[in-house]
Parts: sequence; C-alpha cells; structure tokens
Amino acid sequence: MKTICINCPMGCPLDITEEDGKVVVRGYTCKRGLEYGISEYTAPVRTVTTLIRTADGGVVPVKTSAPVPKDRMFDVLQRARELVAPSDADIGLVVDKDVLGLHSDIVVTGRPLPHAVNR
Amino acid sequence: MTKYDVLVIGGGPAGMAAALAAHEKGAKVLLLERDVRLGGILNQCIHAGFGLHYFGEELTGPEYADRFEKKLAKTDVKVILNAMALAVGADGDVTVLSPEEGLVHLKAGAVVLAMGCRERTAGAIALAGTRPAGIYTAGMAQKMCNIEGYLVGRRIVILGSGDIGLIMARRMTLEGAHVERVIELMPYSGGLKRNIVQCLEDFGIPIDYSHTVTRVVGKPRMEGLYYAPVDEHRKPVLSEEKFIPCDCLLLSVGLIPENDILNGSGVEMSRVTSGAEVDENRMTSVPGIFSCGNVLHVHDLVDNVSHEAEIAGAAAASYALKGAPETDGGVFGVNVGKGVRYALPQRVHGGGGNVEIFFRTDNVYKNCKVVAECGGRVLYSKKRMIVAPGEMEKIALDRSALDGDVTVRLEI
Amino acid sequence: MRFLTRKRCVVTKDVIVIGGGIVGCAVLDRLARRAASVCLLESGDDVAVGATRANSGIVHAGYDCEPGTLKARFNVRGNALVWQLADELNVPALKCGSLVAAREGGEEGLAELKRKADLNGVRAEVLSRERALRIEPMLAEGVVAALYAPDAGVISPYQLAIALADRAVLNGAEILTECAVLSLKKEDGVFVVGTAKGEFRAKTVVNCAGAEASAVNAMAGAETYRTEFRKGEYYVLDHTERENVSTVIFPLPTAAGKGILVAPTADGNVIYGPTSTPAEKDDTSVTAEGLEEIRRNVPLTYARPSFGKCIRVYCGVRTVVGHDFIVAPSEKVKGLIITAGICSPGLTSAPAIAEYVEELVLKELPLPLKESYIVRPPVRPRLADLDEEGLNALIAKDARWGKIVCRCEKVTEAEIVAAVRSPLPARTVDAVKRRVRAGMGRCQGGFCSTRVMEIISEELGIPIREIRKGAGHSEIALLAVKEDGYDEV
Repeated sequence: MKTICINCPMGCPLDITEEDGKVVVRGYTCKRGLEYGISEYTAPVRTVTTLIRTADGGVVPVKTSAPVPKDRMFDVLQRARELVAPSDADIGLVVDKDVLGLHSDIVVTGRPLPHAVNR
Repeated sequence: MTKYDVLVIGGGPAGMAAALAAHEKGAKVLLLERDVRLGGILNQCIHAGFGLHYFGEELTGPEYADRFEKKLAKTDVKVILNAMALAVGADGDVTVLSPEEGLVHLKAGAVVLAMGCRERTAGAIALAGTRPAGIYTAGMAQKMCNIEGYLVGRRIVILGSGDIGLIMARRMTLEGAHVERVIELMPYSGGLKRNIVQCLEDFGIPIDYSHTVTRVVGKPRMEGLYYAPVDEHRKPVLSEEKFIPCDCLLLSVGLIPENDILNGSGVEMSRVTSGAEVDENRMTSVPGIFSCGNVLHVHDLVDNVSHEAEIAGAAAASYALKGAPETDGGVFGVNVGKGVRYALPQRVHGGGGNVEIFFRTDNVYKNCKVVAECGGRVLYSKKRMIVAPGEMEKIALDRSALDGDVTVRLEI
Repeated sequence: MRFLTRKRCVVTKDVIVIGGGIVGCAVLDRLARRAASVCLLESGDDVAVGATRANSGIVHAGYDCEPGTLKARFNVRGNALVWQLADELNVPALKCGSLVAAREGGEEGLAELKRKADLNGVRAEVLSRERALRIEPMLAEGVVAALYAPDAGVISPYQLAIALADRAVLNGAEILTECAVLSLKKEDGVFVVGTAKGEFRAKTVVNCAGAEASAVNAMAGAETYRTEFRKGEYYVLDHTERENVSTVIFPLPTAAGKGILVAPTADGNVIYGPTSTPAEKDDTSVTAEGLEEIRRNVPLTYARPSFGKCIRVYCGVRTVVGHDFIVAPSEKVKGLIITAGICSPGLTSAPAIAEYVEELVLKELPLPLKESYIVRPPVRPRLADLDEEGLNALIAKDARWGKIVCRCEKVTEAEIVAAVRSPLPARTVDAVKRRVRAGMGRCQGGFCSTRVMEIISEELGIPIREIRKGAGHSEIALLAVKEDGYDEV
C-alpha cells in the first residue's frame, strides 16, 4: 500500500509491502515514519467522532473512547444511528459500552443546545 | 456596573484562557461572549485532535472548551452571554450590547481582544457563475451539521484544502454525503498531513492541486461547477475546464481576524496578519489593549491559542493592577526577511529572559535554515527539514542579547 | 392575514397588477390609496427579485435621457418622487449627487449632456477637474472635467420596492407570491388570469412583468415586442471602502449605456459596475470576463480601486425594448395597461410611471381616493439609526433588541422578527436579508444564517428543512443527520 506519513509536514511518501512475511516500509526519513508505516499496514485504527440524536430531536457530539479498526468505522456510524442521548446529556456520558465488541465506548463529548424549533 | 480590572471580549478558547490567566494574577475579570454559550468555534469542532500539546491528550473541540469552562466556573470571573462588543474607543472604552444589560459603555483597567476570525466567502474570492443555494463556507456547513444536525448537500465539492475544508470532507462523508473532490489553488495543501490522510485518503476523496473553480451553475439550487488547472500566475487554463455535477460547494479559502470593532480605537494593524501589531505581552500600540488568539493572527493549533491568550491575560492583569511594565531595555522591531511572511510579536522589549517569536513562511521549503539576526549578529540559526505556510514555526531568543531590530529569515 | 396562499378559487378584483418589481410595487402602492380592490401577482418568492434586486440603485438626475422621451419625463419627475418616498417609507437613501467624469477629449460629451440637462430641466453643471475634486477627491488622474448633478443619489432599490409593497398591503392591497401568470384572456369584458394559485378576475390589468412583459401581452392577444436582455455585473465592497467614495462617478455614456460606475450604496457599501453584455432573459450568472472588464474600467475614473475589499459579486439583467420605455394602454386589448422595456433609469422612473399608470387606470375605472389611507407606515427601527436612550427603551420592552444576530451588519433579533412579521412577510433567508441586511455583510451569512433560519421557522411554523434561501427548491438543510438514510444521497 501507498500512503503518506502524518507525523510532520514532510509528509514522506510511504510504500509498504509484505516480503517473506515481513512488513517492509520504503520512503520514510525517520524512525517515526517506519513505525507509522508498519502500524498503518498491520492494524490501522481511527477515533470516530460523529453525532447522535437527542430525545428532544437535537443532536449531540460523540466519540469512540479508544480508536477502532479503520475498516469498522462505518459499522460504528451505523450503530450510532440507533442511539439516542438524553436531552440533558453531559460530556463523558457513555451511551454505548464496548461498541460492537471493539473495546471502545461511545461517549458524549459536548452538550446539546436546547431545541424548541420545528424539526 | 461593577468596576473590572480586565475586560475580555470573546469567550472562545482565547478569551477563556486570557480570563483565567488574568484572574490568576489577581484581577477582577469580565468576560463577554456574543453567543448563547462559551466555547466559540470549538463547540462545532467535534473532531478529535485538540489538546495534545496543552493537555497532553487528544480531545474533541467541545471537550477542550469544557476544560476551560469548568475552570472558569470555579472563579469569580463574571461572564455575560449574548453580549456583543460593538466598538472599542481610543480610551479603551468598550461599547457593549446585550439583552441582559442593554447598550452600555464599559471601562476596565485593560482590555483583551479575543473575538476570533471569520471565513473568506464566495464573494471575497469573486466566484463566477450563479449564486444558488448550495454554496457555503466550510464553517457554516460545520455549524449546520454539528450543532443543528443537518447536511447542506448530498454531492459536495470542497474548494480549498485548509484544515477546515479537510475536516468537513470527512464530516460530510461520515454523515452520509458524497464528497466528489477537493480543489486546491496552490500546489500544496495548507492543511496538516494527518488531515490529508485521515480526512481524504481514508475515504478515497481525490484532491486536485493547482486547480480552481471557474464557475458555478444552477439556479435556484446548485447543479454543478466547472473547474480547471491554473497556470504559473494562478490563472485558470480554460481550455482544460471540466464539469462536475454537485449540489454543494464548500469553501475553505482562508480565515481573516475579525477586528472591525477596532476602527476608531487607534490600534495599529498589520496588513499581513489583519490583526493588531503587538509586543511580547500581546499588547497593541494602544497601552492597555491586548490581543490574542485568532483575532491577532490565525493559528493552526488551539493549544497555541491558549498559550498566547495566557500571555495576554496575565499581562493585561499586570497592566491593570500595576501599570505599564518598566522598559529600560528598549524596544525593538521584529522584521521578516526572505521566505518569511510574518513574525509575531512585531515588537520586543529588551531586558532579561527568553521571548518566543512565532512566524509563518511564504511557501513550502525543504532543507532550509531558520536564521534570526540582530545588528549583523546571528542570534539563532537552525536547520529545518521542512517548513510550510500551514504550520506555524517558533524560535526562542534571549532578550538580553538584543540591541536593535531583529530580522527573522530563511536561508533556502 | 392578507398574505394569502389560496388553492383553487376565483377572486374578483378591480385591478390586477402582474409583476412585483419596482414598477409593479409602485403601481400597487398608488392604486391602494383608492377605494378599489387591487391585487399583485408575482411569480417569484418575494417582490423585488428580478431586475429590481440587482441593479445600481442609482437615483438618476435625468440629464442623459433624450429630451422628449418617456424616459426623460419619468426620470425627472421620478427623481423628485423617489426622494419623497424614501422619506415617507424610511428607505435608506442618500442624495449624494453624481459626476460624469470625462477624460481627455471628453469635454464635448459633457457639453452634450449639459445641453440635454437644460432641455430636460435638470440641474447640472460642468466642472473643471479642480472643482470636481472638491466633490469627489478620488477622481482618477486622467479625469479633466466632470458634469455634476446635485439631485442624483442612491437608494436601496429592493428596500424601496418592499416598502411600497408593505404600504400597499397596509392600505388593503393583496400580494400573492409564487403565483406565476399562466394564462390571461378577456371574457365578457372581464380579464381572467389563470395562475397556479387559482383564477383571478379583474376589469383592468396592469402589466408590470418586466422581462416577461411581452409574453404576458401575448397571452392576452395584445402588442408584443422584440425584447433584448443585457446583463450587468457588479462588485460589492466592504463598508470600510465607503469613506473613500463621496458621490456617484460615471464615465461618459456610450451607446451601450451609462458605463461602469463607482458609487456608494445607500446601505454603506460601495459598488463597481455594471457591465452591459447581451444575455439570456434569466442569465444572472457572473462571468470572469465581466469582472475583468470592471477591473479594467474602474481605474479610468476612480483613483482608489480596492478589489481586495470585495464581499460579493452579482449580476442583474436589463430588459430593453427599443430606445424608450413603453407605458401605455394596449391598443388591441381594452383595459390592459402596459409597462415594458423599463431598463435604466427604471428605478428612478418607477414612481412617476406609477403615477401615470394610475391616471390611465382612472380613465378605465373611476376609483375615488379612500377617505383615509396610511402615508407613513409605522417606522420599523434599525439598530444603526437608534440613539442609546431609544435603544435601551426598546430593550427594556423587548430583550431581543439587545441580541445581535448578524454581526457584520449589526442586525438584532428584534429586527429579523419584525421582517418576518412585516405586512409582506419575509419567508426566506434572502427575503430577510433584503429587508434588514442580515447576511448582507462581509461574512455573507456564514455566522447568522442558521439563526435566521430558526427565527423564520419559529415565527412562521415552517420546519427547518423547508426553509429556503430564496425561490424554488433552494432549501438549505437537505438531510437530517442520523435520520435520513445514506441511500438518499
């Protein structure tokens, strides 16, 4: 796979392959690039941030408390469609424990604005 | 109304940090926020990536704001919400309008400006074509999505690859829109590499560098746009114009400090940053008026905003309580040389201790050297593998070594 | 509520005005003073959404109209009426005078304009460069002399039209928007007007359909005209440029029109434009070539072009029928009164055209003046016009006067609510913008649009997803996050 290193503005273009069962990274300049390349190849993870609906029809921001596998991001988003937070949800409220068994919780990160408007 | 030592205009990250720092120095502080809650633009920045430097952990925007809000709640800093400062007079008088207090003129020992910035619009770039529903700044689309819960488009093109544009490419994709591509006028992105990878590459969103939108079509709703590569003068090559059907164009084409309340204050402004010119305490040319955060110059990391605001807030408290500091070491200008677009602060007082100079380069340079000179003497010289306009650079200088104006430049 | 959204029904009126541009609104306002039932049908989502929305906003003095034409007659009379209406209706306007700036070799052109001014009865004076500089210090270096017309100035064209419409409604007239005329015929001496909102009948019809005037005439079997359309593109500059422009600065006129001007706007901006290029009827797109033409021409008359202060570009389309306005009863269809080809100086002329149309209507239908009608509608205050005491008195009664919604133009929540509740209510984001300027400033609604949408929603009971920018399907909130399926994309 090809990607670019995100550790600094250099943005070294990385070319990552598997040769004889070993991950080989080409194009990096420093050690951080090598490590990044290996992790992006073997087990890329992302923190998902999104919105869920509140009981009164507003929205509230949430995140995964720990990064989830990159290829499960849209599964987490699909799960978030089923969740509803209380209208007075506060930061830190866990709305889904161990989401999809990914060892990460969906946690409220902001406060919803009161919404009395037509929706 | 109660007499305050420090009046802070703006309750975003800069204003909150400035108010807290002033409070810690013993000042009685009034904080004005025009919105219905504190936090400013952080409230709508629900993505992660804030606080790595300041808190040593990765937070979302609302969480970052909440840390400061909780600290403020434990102080006697007076916060007025829905309060808009309309003007700052030459004497430091601040005219404020709010439902709570009406129109009032406030006078404090010192004023800290922390009003943030606004986005450049389709009008500001004189975008050709029709003016239908579907053209928004990235920030407005972000507010509509993250605060109000609505998407402003289904098939989206983003012009400009600053961080807000990249972040919105991901946000709109995650919420179900299709981002067709990102179009960037420059040959490089003004955004972080991390955002290029995690906001575009992760979702297979293409980016066209050295391209621009030539015109928008559709009325009353946007139906598509034309775009084309640009030549070396950044003029579009119309023979290579292409069409993309889309119902939404988001613009991420620059941020401008929002300083219009300073007309009539006598504060000297920088034509490069569109913010005030300040000294190392972030004091403007008008004694007692300080400026920090995105209203001073546009930052790329909120962590830097918080640090800068703490300098301004503490200095404002000190000014209000003890008067102007002794400046026996003289005051020197900070000028820029080759490769540097601006440096800040623009003035530095001599004397003891270190001063940090922040600067932005005017292009991407690899394997260059950052040099700071004073009267022919090199005060600082260090190699950088890469510098880019999108990433603020910082050097520390020993103030006691200063005996004249400082120049910051690159050796390319 | 007088603002109706009727489904299929038949309504009979004394007079129907077709078209809610500046001319239609001015005609409706005149007729509303009379004991008559009058109604205006507008195809757009609001009045003033065609050429009235996008022009120079100049109150012309009338020195350049060919003497003896309707243009000359209505311009000169209209100038006086516009200033009077601005006062009665509290419409932003500024009698700042105008200069026609001549470069080397242009002196003869100025003399010709002066001759026409005298024939038209317009105050005008040819000034040397030095004297002209006293009026406009920012004249370009190459300007050698100028024609000064002290009675010229600027007005907000759409606010004038809206204020006329509001006053007409207050005086009993009806306005239907999104009510395009689909058919127009005469049955048993009565006009039958078919629209999407039902059938309307009237003894007299006034055609103020602007770009569609010939098409509306054709429906009725009346005169048709070869109509040309010319687009005019503009730059709008930030308020901070206002202090650099004292008066309206024209170049010498050419066959194509009055040329690219530099002018303050009544709301405190500056405009550069318009171009004048042949266009399709509804092509209001701005072109790169047009903008380039403006950038080339402004420096010829004006010493301080500041294109970097641009906050908006726009384009309007003029409707041109021959060399003069057409304002006359139809010779083919009795009871149909025609206005057509109302290009420049149409804005200035509109109140005078309306005065004349009223005379023509009276020849058909003797309608007496009402015993009482409202000349000065209740003033809707603007924050900018209030002194401290007045503002605080308002806030004490209604705290929304203390809440700024539009930061750039300093518009309060109370003003926006008033716009939405006005006699002709603002139902779209752009309609609010035209009435109170929320979203008209340098951030172009980036900060305030969401709140404006909420206020419209709250006041009119329209769901957020149905709130539109302007006409047609111009909704802003397209999908509800986590509610609408991904497959809807």
